[in-house]
Amino acid sequence: MLRYAAPAIVFAGMVAMFYFALGRDPGELPSPYLGKPAPQFELPRVKDPSATIGSADYAGQTVLVNIWATWCVGCRQEHDFLLQLANSNAIPIIGINWRDQRQEAITWLRQLGDPYVASGYDADGRVGIDWGAYGAPETFLIGPDGTVLYKHISPLTQQVWEQEFVPRIEQVKQASL
Amino acid sequence: MNRMILVIPAILLSVTALAIDTGKAFDDPELQARYEKIIDEVRCLKCQNQTIKDSNALLADDLRREIRRMIAEGKTDAEVFDFLVTRYGEFALYRPRMSGKTLVLWIAPIILIAAGALVAMRVVRGRMSLPIEIDDDAEERAG
Repeated sequence: MLRYAAPAIVFAGMVAMFYFALGRDPGELPSPYLGKPAPQFELPRVKDPSATIGSADYAGQTVLVNIWATWCVGCRQEHDFLLQLANSNAIPIIGINWRDQRQEAITWLRQLGDPYVASGYDADGRVGIDWGAYGAPETFLIGPDGTVLYKHISPLTQQVWEQEFVPRIEQVKQASL
Repeated sequence: MNRMILVIPAILLSVTALAIDTGKAFDDPELQARYEKIIDEVRCLKCQNQTIKDSNALLADDLRREIRRMIAEGKTDAEVFDFLVTRYGEFALYRPRMSGKTLVLWIAPIILIAAGALVAMRVVRGRMSLPIEIDDDAEERAG
Protein backbone atom coordinates (compact mmCIF):
# COMPACT_ATOMS: atom_id res chain seq x y z
CA MET A 1 0.00 0.00 0.00
CA LEU A 2 2.72 2.45 1.07
CA ARG A 3 4.51 1.61 -2.14
CA TYR A 4 1.76 3.33 -4.10
CA ALA A 5 0.75 5.95 -1.58
CA ALA A 6 4.23 7.36 -0.96
CA PRO A 7 4.83 8.75 -4.47
CA ALA A 8 1.30 10.15 -4.54
CA ILE A 9 1.84 11.91 -1.20
CA VAL A 10 5.19 13.31 -2.32
CA PHE A 11 3.61 14.47 -5.56
CA ALA A 12 0.71 16.12 -3.74
CA GLY A 13 3.20 17.88 -1.50
CA MET A 14 5.10 19.21 -4.47
CA VAL A 15 1.91 20.41 -6.15
CA ALA A 16 0.93 22.23 -2.97
CA MET A 17 4.39 23.80 -2.66
CA PHE A 18 4.46 24.95 -6.29
CA TYR A 19 0.89 26.23 -6.05
CA PHE A 20 1.84 28.58 -3.24
CA ALA A 21 5.39 29.36 -4.28
CA LEU A 22 5.10 29.94 -8.01
CA GLY A 23 2.45 32.63 -7.70
CA ARG A 24 4.75 34.77 -5.59
CA ASP A 25 7.01 37.43 -6.95
CA PRO A 26 10.48 36.48 -5.71
CA GLY A 27 11.53 40.11 -6.06
CA GLU A 28 9.09 41.26 -3.43
CA LEU A 29 10.46 41.08 0.06
CA PRO A 30 8.33 41.33 3.16
CA SER A 31 9.42 44.24 5.30
CA PRO A 32 11.09 43.14 8.53
CA TYR A 33 9.32 46.13 10.10
CA LEU A 34 5.80 44.69 9.66
CA GLY A 35 4.08 44.82 13.02
CA LYS A 36 7.06 46.60 14.54
CA PRO A 37 7.77 50.26 15.24
CA ALA A 38 8.58 52.18 12.09
CA PRO A 39 12.04 53.72 11.92
CA GLN A 40 12.28 57.28 13.19
CA PHE A 41 13.40 59.97 10.80
CA GLU A 42 13.76 63.68 10.40
CA LEU A 43 14.69 65.34 7.12
CA PRO A 44 14.75 68.82 5.65
CA ARG A 45 11.71 69.43 3.49
CA VAL A 46 12.02 69.30 -0.29
CA LYS A 47 10.25 72.60 -0.83
CA ASP A 48 11.56 74.40 2.23
CA PRO A 49 15.00 73.20 3.39
CA SER A 50 14.79 75.38 6.49
CA ALA A 51 11.88 73.31 7.85
CA THR A 52 11.91 69.60 8.64
CA ILE A 53 9.46 66.74 8.35
CA GLY A 54 9.74 63.56 10.34
CA SER A 55 8.22 60.93 12.57
CA ALA A 56 7.36 63.52 15.23
CA ASP A 57 5.06 65.29 12.77
CA TYR A 58 2.67 62.38 12.44
CA ALA A 59 2.85 60.81 15.90
CA GLY A 60 -0.57 59.54 16.95
CA GLN A 61 -1.96 59.56 13.42
CA THR A 62 -2.56 56.88 10.84
CA VAL A 63 -0.55 57.94 7.82
CA LEU A 64 1.08 56.75 4.63
CA VAL A 65 4.80 57.14 4.23
CA ASN A 66 5.60 57.08 0.54
CA ILE A 67 9.15 56.72 -0.77
CA TRP A 68 9.44 58.39 -4.15
CA ALA A 69 11.83 59.96 -6.61
CA THR A 70 11.64 61.70 -9.96
CA TRP A 71 13.79 58.99 -11.57
CA CYS A 72 11.25 56.38 -10.56
CA VAL A 73 8.79 55.43 -13.30
CA GLY A 74 6.44 53.67 -10.91
CA CYS A 75 6.19 56.87 -8.87
CA ARG A 76 4.87 58.71 -11.91
CA GLN A 77 2.34 55.91 -12.39
CA GLU A 78 0.97 56.13 -8.88
CA HIS A 79 1.12 59.91 -8.65
CA ASP A 80 -2.41 60.55 -9.87
CA PHE A 81 -3.78 58.05 -7.39
CA LEU A 82 -1.85 59.65 -4.54
CA LEU A 83 -3.33 63.01 -5.55
CA GLN A 84 -6.78 61.45 -5.53
CA LEU A 85 -6.19 60.13 -1.99
CA ALA A 86 -4.93 63.51 -0.85
CA ASN A 87 -7.81 65.40 -2.44
CA SER A 88 -10.40 63.17 -0.82
CA ASN A 89 -8.68 63.63 2.55
CA ALA A 90 -8.50 59.86 2.84
CA ILE A 91 -5.23 59.86 4.76
CA PRO A 92 -2.23 62.16 5.24
CA ILE A 93 0.69 61.18 3.01
CA ILE A 94 4.25 61.88 4.09
CA GLY A 95 6.83 61.74 1.32
CA ILE A 96 10.43 60.65 1.49
CA ASN A 97 12.15 61.95 -1.62
CA TRP A 98 14.82 59.32 -2.03
CA ARG A 99 18.15 59.86 -3.74
CA ASP A 100 16.86 62.66 -5.92
CA GLN A 101 17.78 66.16 -7.11
CA ARG A 102 15.98 68.80 -5.09
CA GLN A 103 15.25 71.04 -8.06
CA GLU A 104 13.83 68.19 -10.10
CA ALA A 105 11.68 67.10 -7.18
CA ILE A 106 10.31 70.62 -6.77
CA THR A 107 9.53 70.84 -10.49
CA TRP A 108 7.78 67.46 -10.36
CA LEU A 109 5.59 68.56 -7.45
CA ARG A 110 4.78 71.86 -9.12
CA GLN A 111 3.91 70.37 -12.49
CA LEU A 112 2.08 67.24 -11.38
CA GLY A 113 0.62 68.41 -8.08
CA ASP A 114 1.72 67.71 -4.55
CA PRO A 115 -0.17 64.97 -2.68
CA TYR A 116 2.15 65.12 0.32
CA VAL A 117 1.75 66.84 3.66
CA ALA A 118 5.44 67.41 3.02
CA SER A 119 8.31 65.46 1.55
CA GLY A 120 11.62 64.98 3.29
CA TYR A 121 14.69 65.35 1.12
CA ASP A 122 16.84 62.25 1.52
CA ALA A 123 19.72 63.16 -0.77
CA ASP A 124 22.19 60.48 0.25
CA GLY A 125 19.62 57.72 0.76
CA ARG A 126 20.35 57.12 4.43
CA VAL A 127 16.76 57.41 5.57
CA GLY A 128 15.78 55.18 2.65
CA ILE A 129 18.16 52.52 3.97
CA ASP A 130 16.75 52.93 7.49
CA TRP A 131 13.32 52.15 6.07
CA GLY A 132 14.65 49.14 4.18
CA ALA A 133 13.81 50.71 0.84
CA TYR A 134 15.17 48.97 -2.21
CA GLY A 135 12.87 49.98 -5.02
CA ALA A 136 10.71 53.07 -5.13
CA PRO A 137 7.82 53.52 -4.99
CA GLU A 138 7.29 51.97 -1.59
CA THR A 139 4.33 52.83 0.59
CA PHE A 140 4.14 52.15 4.32
CA LEU A 141 0.95 52.29 6.34
CA ILE A 142 1.79 53.55 9.81
CA GLY A 143 -0.64 53.20 12.69
CA PRO A 144 -1.23 55.82 15.39
CA ASP A 145 1.14 53.98 17.74
CA GLY A 146 3.88 54.20 15.13
CA THR A 147 3.87 50.55 14.05
CA VAL A 148 4.14 49.51 10.42
CA LEU A 149 0.78 47.97 9.55
CA TYR A 150 1.50 47.25 5.92
CA LYS A 151 4.04 47.85 3.21
CA HIS A 152 3.33 47.98 -0.49
CA ILE A 153 6.12 47.90 -3.08
CA SER A 154 5.40 49.09 -6.63
CA PRO A 155 2.80 51.68 -7.66
CA LEU A 156 -0.21 52.12 -5.42
CA THR A 157 -3.49 51.54 -7.24
CA GLN A 158 -7.15 51.84 -6.35
CA GLN A 159 -7.39 48.05 -6.17
CA VAL A 160 -4.44 47.64 -3.81
CA TRP A 161 -5.71 50.52 -1.75
CA GLU A 162 -9.14 48.96 -1.28
CA GLN A 163 -7.88 45.44 -0.73
CA GLU A 164 -4.90 45.99 1.52
CA PHE A 165 -5.00 49.44 3.04
CA VAL A 166 -8.66 50.26 3.69
CA PRO A 167 -9.39 47.15 5.80
CA ARG A 168 -6.31 47.78 7.95
CA ILE A 169 -7.19 51.42 8.43
CA GLU A 170 -10.72 50.44 9.42
CA GLN A 171 -9.34 47.93 11.90
CA VAL A 172 -7.22 50.60 13.57
CA LYS A 173 -10.23 52.93 13.75
CA GLN A 174 -12.34 50.21 15.34
CA ALA A 175 -9.65 49.45 17.88
CA SER A 176 -9.31 53.06 18.94
CA LEU A 177 -13.04 53.58 19.43
CA MET B 1 40.59 18.52 -24.34
CA ASN B 2 43.34 19.40 -21.89
CA ARG B 3 43.00 23.00 -22.86
CA MET B 4 39.23 22.89 -22.27
CA ILE B 5 39.86 21.68 -18.76
CA LEU B 6 41.82 24.85 -18.12
CA VAL B 7 39.41 27.16 -19.92
CA ILE B 8 36.28 26.12 -18.02
CA PRO B 9 37.52 27.04 -14.53
CA ALA B 10 38.99 30.23 -15.98
CA ILE B 11 35.55 31.23 -17.26
CA LEU B 12 33.89 30.30 -13.98
CA LEU B 13 36.40 32.29 -11.97
CA SER B 14 36.18 35.34 -14.20
CA VAL B 15 33.01 36.57 -12.49
CA THR B 16 35.17 38.04 -9.76
CA ALA B 17 36.52 40.39 -12.40
CA LEU B 18 33.02 41.92 -12.57
CA ALA B 19 33.40 43.50 -9.16
CA ILE B 20 32.45 47.15 -9.34
CA ASP B 21 34.00 48.30 -6.13
CA THR B 22 37.66 47.63 -6.68
CA GLY B 23 39.02 50.86 -5.31
CA LYS B 24 40.73 50.94 -1.98
CA ALA B 25 38.43 52.07 0.80
CA PHE B 26 40.82 51.78 3.74
CA ASP B 27 44.54 52.28 4.13
CA ASP B 28 44.65 49.63 6.81
CA PRO B 29 44.84 46.30 4.90
CA GLU B 30 43.03 44.54 7.74
CA LEU B 31 40.02 46.87 7.51
CA GLN B 32 40.12 46.67 3.73
CA ALA B 33 40.03 42.87 3.89
CA ARG B 34 37.08 42.97 6.29
CA TYR B 35 35.28 45.45 4.07
CA GLU B 36 35.78 43.34 0.95
CA LYS B 37 34.63 40.22 2.73
CA ILE B 38 31.47 41.92 3.99
CA ILE B 39 30.43 43.47 0.69
CA ASP B 40 30.94 40.11 -0.97
CA GLU B 41 28.34 38.62 1.34
CA VAL B 42 25.64 41.24 1.13
CA ARG B 43 22.93 40.98 -1.47
CA CYS B 44 22.05 43.97 -3.56
CA LEU B 45 18.30 44.15 -2.87
CA LYS B 46 17.70 46.03 -6.08
CA CYS B 47 19.39 43.48 -8.32
CA GLN B 48 18.84 40.40 -6.28
CA ASN B 49 21.34 37.98 -7.72
CA GLN B 50 24.33 40.20 -7.27
CA THR B 51 26.34 41.10 -4.23
CA ILE B 52 26.77 44.76 -3.48
CA LYS B 53 30.40 44.28 -4.47
CA ASP B 54 29.34 43.44 -8.01
CA SER B 55 26.51 45.90 -8.42
CA ASN B 56 26.62 49.48 -9.52
CA ALA B 57 23.01 50.16 -8.52
CA LEU B 58 22.52 53.31 -6.47
CA LEU B 59 21.33 51.26 -3.52
CA ALA B 60 24.43 49.06 -3.61
CA ASP B 61 26.53 52.20 -3.66
CA ASP B 62 24.66 53.58 -0.64
CA LEU B 63 24.99 50.31 1.25
CA ARG B 64 28.71 50.15 0.57
CA ARG B 65 29.04 53.67 1.88
CA GLU B 66 27.12 52.80 5.05
CA ILE B 67 29.26 49.71 5.56
CA ARG B 68 32.46 51.74 5.11
CA ARG B 69 31.15 54.24 7.62
CA MET B 70 30.36 51.52 10.17
CA ILE B 71 33.75 49.85 9.74
CA ALA B 72 35.46 53.21 10.13
CA GLU B 73 33.45 53.75 13.31
CA GLY B 74 34.88 50.52 14.65
CA LYS B 75 31.73 48.39 14.39
CA THR B 76 32.20 44.63 14.34
CA ASP B 77 31.15 42.48 11.40
CA ALA B 78 28.22 41.17 13.43
CA GLU B 79 27.03 44.72 14.08
CA VAL B 80 27.23 45.53 10.38
CA PHE B 81 25.20 42.44 9.49
CA ASP B 82 22.70 43.28 12.24
CA PHE B 83 22.24 46.73 10.75
CA LEU B 84 21.37 45.20 7.38
CA VAL B 85 19.15 42.44 8.73
CA THR B 86 17.10 44.88 10.83
CA ARG B 87 16.36 46.91 7.72
CA TYR B 88 16.19 44.35 4.94
CA GLY B 89 15.74 40.96 6.63
CA GLU B 90 17.92 37.87 6.41
CA PHE B 91 17.53 37.94 2.65
CA ALA B 92 20.16 40.67 2.53
CA LEU B 93 22.82 38.19 3.54
CA TYR B 94 24.12 35.59 1.15
CA ARG B 95 24.90 33.41 4.13
CA PRO B 96 21.84 33.86 6.33
CA ARG B 97 22.55 33.37 9.99
CA MET B 98 21.28 30.36 11.84
CA SER B 99 18.00 31.27 13.53
CA GLY B 100 14.50 29.91 13.89
CA LYS B 101 13.44 31.51 10.65
CA THR B 102 16.40 30.37 8.58
CA LEU B 103 16.91 26.98 10.23
CA VAL B 104 15.13 25.26 7.38
CA LEU B 105 17.60 26.74 4.88
CA TRP B 106 20.47 25.24 6.79
CA ILE B 107 19.08 21.83 7.60
CA ALA B 108 17.06 21.16 4.43
CA PRO B 109 20.10 20.12 2.34
CA ILE B 110 21.27 17.73 5.07
CA ILE B 111 17.81 16.21 5.39
CA LEU B 112 17.43 15.90 1.63
CA ILE B 113 20.82 14.21 1.22
CA ALA B 114 20.09 11.86 4.13
CA ALA B 115 16.68 11.01 2.68
CA GLY B 116 18.21 10.40 -0.73
CA ALA B 117 20.92 8.20 0.75
CA LEU B 118 18.29 6.23 2.66
CA VAL B 119 16.25 5.61 -0.48
CA ALA B 120 19.36 4.65 -2.44
CA MET B 121 20.43 2.27 0.31
CA ARG B 122 17.04 0.60 0.44
CA VAL B 123 16.96 0.15 -3.34
CA VAL B 124 20.46 -1.31 -3.39
CA ARG B 125 19.73 -3.60 -0.42
CA GLY B 126 16.52 -4.73 -2.08
CA ARG B 127 18.33 -5.61 -5.25
CA MET B 128 21.12 -7.40 -3.41
CA SER B 129 18.64 -9.82 -1.89
CA LEU B 130 17.19 -10.70 -5.28
CA PRO B 131 18.29 -14.09 -6.68
CA ILE B 132 21.00 -13.61 -9.25
CA GLU B 133 19.48 -14.39 -12.59
CA ILE B 134 21.80 -16.24 -14.85
CA ASP B 135 21.59 -14.99 -18.37
CA ASP B 136 21.17 -18.17 -20.40
CA ASP B 137 21.96 -16.58 -23.73
CA ALA B 138 25.24 -15.19 -22.50
CA GLU B 139 26.22 -18.55 -21.06
CA GLU B 140 25.46 -20.23 -24.29
CA ARG B 141 27.56 -17.73 -26.18
CA ALA B 142 30.40 -18.10 -23.74
CA GLY B 143 30.14 -21.85 -23.62
